[in-house]
Amino acid sequence: MRLPPRRRRRPSLAALAALGVSVLALLAGCASGPVGPPTLTWYINPDDGGQAEIAKRCTDAAGGQYRIATSTLPRDSGDQRQELVRRLAANDSSIDIMSLDPPYIPEFAEAGFLAPMPPGVAARVSQGVVPSAIEGASWQGQLVTVPFWANTQLLWYRKSQVASMGLDLSKPVTWDQVIDAAVARGTKVEAQGKRAESLMVWTNALVRSGGGQIITNPGESNPKLVTLGLTDPPAVEAARIMSKLANSPAAPAAFSTADEDSNSEALQSGTSAFMVNWPFVWSKVTKAAGEGTIPANTPDDYGWTLYPQVRADLPAAPPYGGINLGIGHSSLHPDLAYAASECITSAQNTAYYFESNGNPSARFASYSDPAVLAKYPMAPVILQSLTLAKPRPQTAYYAEVSGGLQRTFHPPAAIVPGPTNQAAQDLILGVLRKERLL
Amino acid sequence: MTTTVEKPTTTSASPRHAASEKSRSEARLGWYLAGPAFAVMLLVTAYPILQAFYESLFDYRLTDPANRSFTGLTNYGVILTDPVWWDAFGVTVLITVVTVAVELVLGFALALVMVQALKALRPVLRAAILIPYAVITVVSAFAWQFAFAPDSGFVNSWFSFLGLAPDTDWFGSPGSAIFVICLAEIWKTTPFISLLLLAGLAQVPDVLQEAAKVDGATWWQRMRRVTIPNMKAAIMVALLFRTLDAFRVFDSVYVMTAGANGTEVLSFLAYRQTIARLEIGLGSAVSVLLFISVVLICGLFVKGFKVDLSQARGE
Repeated sequence: MRLPPRRRRRPSLAALAALGVSVLALLAGCASGPVGPPTLTWYINPDDGGQAEIAKRCTDAAGGQYRIATSTLPRDSGDQRQELVRRLAANDSSIDIMSLDPPYIPEFAEAGFLAPMPPGVAARVSQGVVPSAIEGASWQGQLVTVPFWANTQLLWYRKSQVASMGLDLSKPVTWDQVIDAAVARGTKVEAQGKRAESLMVWTNALVRSGGGQIITNPGESNPKLVTLGLTDPPAVEAARIMSKLANSPAAPAAFSTADEDSNSEALQSGTSAFMVNWPFVWSKVTKAAGEGTIPANTPDDYGWTLYPQVRADLPAAPPYGGINLGIGHSSLHPDLAYAASECITSAQNTAYYFESNGNPSARFASYSDPAVLAKYPMAPVILQSLTLAKPRPQTAYYAEVSGGLQRTFHPPAAIVPGPTNQAAQDLILGVLRKERLL
Repeated sequence: MTTTVEKPTTTSASPRHAASEKSRSEARLGWYLAGPAFAVMLLVTAYPILQAFYESLFDYRLTDPANRSFTGLTNYGVILTDPVWWDAFGVTVLITVVTVAVELVLGFALALVMVQALKALRPVLRAAILIPYAVITVVSAFAWQFAFAPDSGFVNSWFSFLGLAPDTDWFGSPGSAIFVICLAEIWKTTPFISLLLLAGLAQVPDVLQEAAKVDGATWWQRMRRVTIPNMKAAIMVALLFRTLDAFRVFDSVYVMTAGANGTEVLSFLAYRQTIARLEIGLGSAVSVLLFISVVLICGLFVKGFKVDLSQARGE
């Protein structure tokens, strides 16, 4: 007797709830649509909540001019690009501000996906910004995105293991020295051997450190006319170093699948003495020590210095990374979006982002901020590294160049300096001419 | 894909019954009932396939729409002369053959267990066997990847008595990576095949089994002479569905190796050209070729092995 009425009530409840939700949605739509300030959507890469906090601060600072809402992109930078490109190609007007990985900026600029930068903005947002960040935010010599934060890799090491190696880390060291010292001591050197963007980062840093370039005519917009320097001596030398590490006893376990996270864990556990990696490893190790998952004195054993050199007579060209802000071409409020991006990248907000999330600022001023220095004792080395850092090849066809290189230079243990370079050059040129698959 | 399977049955059925008025009106009623579904099917499958074929004739990059140009069959030429396509084709065929063969044997064993289990146990058993199939492929791929990872996985330490080194890198070489991918696929889709086979087993008439038993046939003889011939149609349908599915393997490869270390498969190749390179033309051509491969497999099963799909549905 009780069953039928119950059965009848359930759907009606659900219907009522649905009705309520839709009425609420309608009301909300009415409220925030024409009456309130315009909402700018900021597509952010996943972080520790720093960008959401900055969005809140800038909304408050705007005094009712605009509101910033954040929307999170996928974790992997290639996936971020894919999601943004699909939406931008469909003229999605909800994309106001985008956190962009620098290598994809030329592609976005060339495709007309970025709203033109108002004249005054370029001068204001490049003031006091490190040169590598300005280079990474530009295309064809013009600033097309707003520099936000700038990343670079350091050489991290365990002081206790390095002490007995006889390696003077107060002076710049070379890759050969680091690998030989690790082999002699029976320990490992962590680098990113996984077939991913990180392999391209490593290769590019080695080629640039040796004085070479992967694309010798950057800025060429016709893919068929792009020329590569992958068979030049610096690139062959880069291949030699990669192959030397991968085939030496100092290569970490599972080197062909090693990424930044597994590298950082290996240095934490002490199975490796050296590692090239981004500064996020510092917040990671201090957090783990604080939580008690590793011995509390582990961070004290961490040392850091500039990225290793390829040649003793040339300074290293460490990797440059980070995030710059692009304004979507279909945004309904490009002016407000540019105003908001100026707020987001202010000296105060970038210093906050560095201090709270561990993502280094693109502004010189942040590196003398006492809060930053207290938490990141390596900040001066990061700044020094950022002034030396070189971006990855700038081309609208970056995905093809990086993908082609990843396929031929992976696994690193199979690299044969010379023939592998030739294979990479042939594949990338074939792909750019649309004669090969990737 | 589904439309290709259904088309022959519908078109060959109508002329055969054209003789009498009654059967003609029945056929008409059939069209009235199935027509809307057929139209929707055309809309959601045939239209994208035609669109993909159209796009495949162009040199078209999503970020460079201004330079879109008609190139005819050039994209197909590029793909079919590239060793990357044939490598991916080989890996796909290998994964398909290995997983389908193992799943057929395992699935048959599970179906026998289910059919012979006590009535009270049967629903529980069926649910337990079905669980892997209910898990989302990406989730199961991550689970298997974590299990075999040298840093967080347990496989290396659990099976150290087999001589596995603690830092064995399963995803570092093609053989072991494909082994793990196959294992994940088999774990996940064996339940599907075993359910289809269970339906087939239920169709074998008990009378025949009993008659064979009375005649003194052993278990093995009954299996070979009675059970398997009577469920041939069900086995073929299970094989066909799984082969088509296995040939389009994507999730496990994407999660575990992203195509590295010689594990590139065809659908991943299509993904990379279309989504990563944004070469809509080239990517569509890969998809069309993949589709043609699937149609050929389907044709091979339907014509070659004389699979009667209507019989398997119990008509």
